[in-house]
Amino acid sequence: MLYFAKWKIGLILAVCVAGIFYALPNLMAPLGKHDFPSWWQPVNLGLDLQGGSHLLLEVAVDDVVKEQLNGLVESTRTTLREQKIVYRDLSLDGQTVVVRIPDAAGRDAAIGQLSKLDQAITVKAEGDDLVRLAYTAQALNDRKQAAVKQSIEIVRRRIDESGTREPTIQRQGADRIIVELPGESDPERVKRLIGKTAKLNFHMVDSSVSPEDALRGRVPPGSRLLPAAEGSHGPKQYVVKRAVEVGGDRLTDASATFQSTNNEPVVSFRFDSIGGRRFGEATTKNVGQQLAIVLDDQVISAPVVREPILGGSGVISGSFTVQGAQDLALLLRAGALPAPLTVLEERSVGPGLGQDSIQAGAAASVIGLVVVVVFMMLCYGMFGLIANVALVLNLVLLLACLQLLGATLTLPGIAGIVLTMGMAVDANVLIYERMREEERAGRGALNAAESGFRHAFGTIFDSNITTLAAAVLLFFFGTGPVRGFAVTLSLGIITSMFTATMFTRFLVSLWFRRARPKTLPI
Amino acid sequence: MMISLLKFLPQEFTIDFMRRRWIGFIFSAALTLASLVSIAVQGFNFGIDFSGGVLIEAEVPEGVHVSDIRAKVSSLDLGEVAVTTLGETGREVSLRLGQPKDSDEKSEMRAVAKIKEVLGEGYTYKRVDVVGPKVGGELIQDGVYAILGAMAIIGIYIWIRFEWQYSIGAMLGLIHDVVTAAGIFSIFQIEFDLTVVAALLTVAGYSINDTVVQFDRVRENLRRYKKMELYDLLNRSLNEVFTRTLLTSTTTFLAAASLLAFGGDVLRGFSLAVTWGVIAGTYSSFYMALPTLLYTGLRRDDSEDAEVAKTDAMP
Repeated sequence: MLYFAKWKIGLILAVCVAGIFYALPNLMAPLGKHDFPSWWQPVNLGLDLQGGSHLLLEVAVDDVVKEQLNGLVESTRTTLREQKIVYRDLSLDGQTVVVRIPDAAGRDAAIGQLSKLDQAITVKAEGDDLVRLAYTAQALNDRKQAAVKQSIEIVRRRIDESGTREPTIQRQGADRIIVELPGESDPERVKRLIGKTAKLNFHMVDSSVSPEDALRGRVPPGSRLLPAAEGSHGPKQYVVKRAVEVGGDRLTDASATFQSTNNEPVVSFRFDSIGGRRFGEATTKNVGQQLAIVLDDQVISAPVVREPILGGSGVISGSFTVQGAQDLALLLRAGALPAPLTVLEERSVGPGLGQDSIQAGAAASVIGLVVVVVFMMLCYGMFGLIANVALVLNLVLLLACLQLLGATLTLPGIAGIVLTMGMAVDANVLIYERMREEERAGRGALNAAESGFRHAFGTIFDSNITTLAAAVLLFFFGTGPVRGFAVTLSLGIITSMFTATMFTRFLVSLWFRRARPKTLPI
Repeated sequence: MMISLLKFLPQEFTIDFMRRRWIGFIFSAALTLASLVSIAVQGFNFGIDFSGGVLIEAEVPEGVHVSDIRAKVSSLDLGEVAVTTLGETGREVSLRLGQPKDSDEKSEMRAVAKIKEVLGEGYTYKRVDVVGPKVGGELIQDGVYAILGAMAIIGIYIWIRFEWQYSIGAMLGLIHDVVTAAGIFSIFQIEFDLTVVAALLTVAGYSINDTVVQFDRVRENLRRYKKMELYDLLNRSLNEVFTRTLLTSTTTFLAAASLLAFGGDVLRGFSLAVTWGVIAGTYSSFYMALPTLLYTGLRRDDSEDAEVAKTDAMP
């Protein structure tokens, strides 16, 4: 009991010193000093405490698959036509493409040709005349994964460019993205920016039919009826040719400027060399025609081509506000999303509420600590004091661990700390009660203390492990601030296993050496 | 100065816990049943985390009355919007918009923009939560899985560390604690949100602690007093660990109660569930988990005990 190996004492002291060292910034931060090095910082505060927005986005990966399958339908059609194979009923059947080819020889030829389309597809004959094309599960999955990865990249670019400070963008699960915007309590603009797919295409307007006729159902094959963008002047509908003259993926730059003639906000853009050439060809062929600028299937504007535009750059005008022009330029620079994003969840906390929460959390912590400390002193006197020192060390170690792990402290996380204080001293109670019992059974003070520590440990371990199991489960099932609770609770339980047993034992042995008591003070 | 008040407590208790076990069983069963009935009949008052919808808390500009806000918002035709004042000043309001029946995620996002627009300038938004229908359903499912998973793990752990006979008693106590803690939220229709699930998990993990302490003692005494009647042995074990069970529960209760009293509105539901769980956990260990051992056919003389006895007997 009295004897502690030198290395053990060294270890205990080292843990204490390291704990205090890493927890110290938390005490100094409120004093107004913030120029700490990056590895010596106070604990990160969650969005619920510092204020900010949390957005949960979902990538419509099914749309990506659908697009992929539509592409397969088109390339099947092209292949069969090129090979002059007679076919009918080319269509989608769930996640596969089916086509009927009555001629047996033609069917074999078709299967041979179609198999060459893509390595990732399987082509099989079924029944009398059916041919079924399917992507392998692997290929579809790869495509989905790539879409999510690309979406994250583009969301990051858009948010970075919008000037939001220190955003966190990370993936969650198979097809979700979490965006955290500290300090941003009104994420409307960010939501607007990430809510747009921003697929920009240049199409020729089909002048053979008026929008009114098209509305009555007379849309020529190869053309589409598209609505005008909200807030734009001019017609509400346009009939636009399906063929894409130039796609937005050919843009290299875009920026918001002002039209020199009327000082209206516009977006100027520049194509890469291929895009520039195509744009030049399209405008050369179609002088006098209307060129529709289509963003996400809405026509922004449809200016008349007055002369060929050969320089590879141009201007989009479209009754923009200054902000609108800036946002569009940003979206074009960042690129189009591979699939639409849906905001599944938004949680925004203003700085005021965050401050209130910090105050409430701090009050509960301080009062909880004082109540537990006083209770332990009343119950156990000197040994209560020892338990309290261990309790304070437990808090220090807990803060240090949070800092070292880069964990985030949330309001439920603070609740976890407060509960930890109540639970940590449980171990002391179990040890001390066992000591009292051993002393009653006739052992001397030192012997009883020794035996108390030895016998109580199993019970302490058993009862802590169940709480730890619940906390770990919560960490895996929970989301957002609740996870912060799981983190502080599990860390607190683990650190308390050290402070309430080994550290307490160390202090008790020091006291025994000094006081040399005949009986236990409890 | 350094006086331990425990010195003034009797050193040994002789309470006959087992004699009142039927009162305990019936009382616990009644509480559990009442909770289950309430959960089945009136369900939970799910917070926005689970039900989905829109919750806005805002500070209102001077001179604006709640009825003005109600009129403005109802003109938007968004379905039912509950507008209530918060706090004592009346300057803070909360607007809660339930899940519209035929809505997708986008319509809720639009609702927030519309509400902000119609309210106009001068409002300070303290909190805006929008939860789509998809997320809410998943969270309920995950929460149920987590709680059932935790209970299963704890049951198995007790089985491994003790015997299955102990495990049954522990599970009964655990079910009582978790179901009644959830029951409070259903009976009084207190808002049930994600933090309450966290609290229920904590209750499951912590309320078993007292039971573990008592089981440990029962096992120890079974080896020590081989001839003692089980009834007396259980009573003796409970009395021996009575003080420590009370004290450990009290410290955690004090911490949970300070959260309940001072932790603010956001944590109220959480703190309530934990505080109740600490009380229920202590009660159920005395009156459910331990008395159950009388009926599960505890083996008195298994090989492990025999071995221990042999080693004890060695010189």
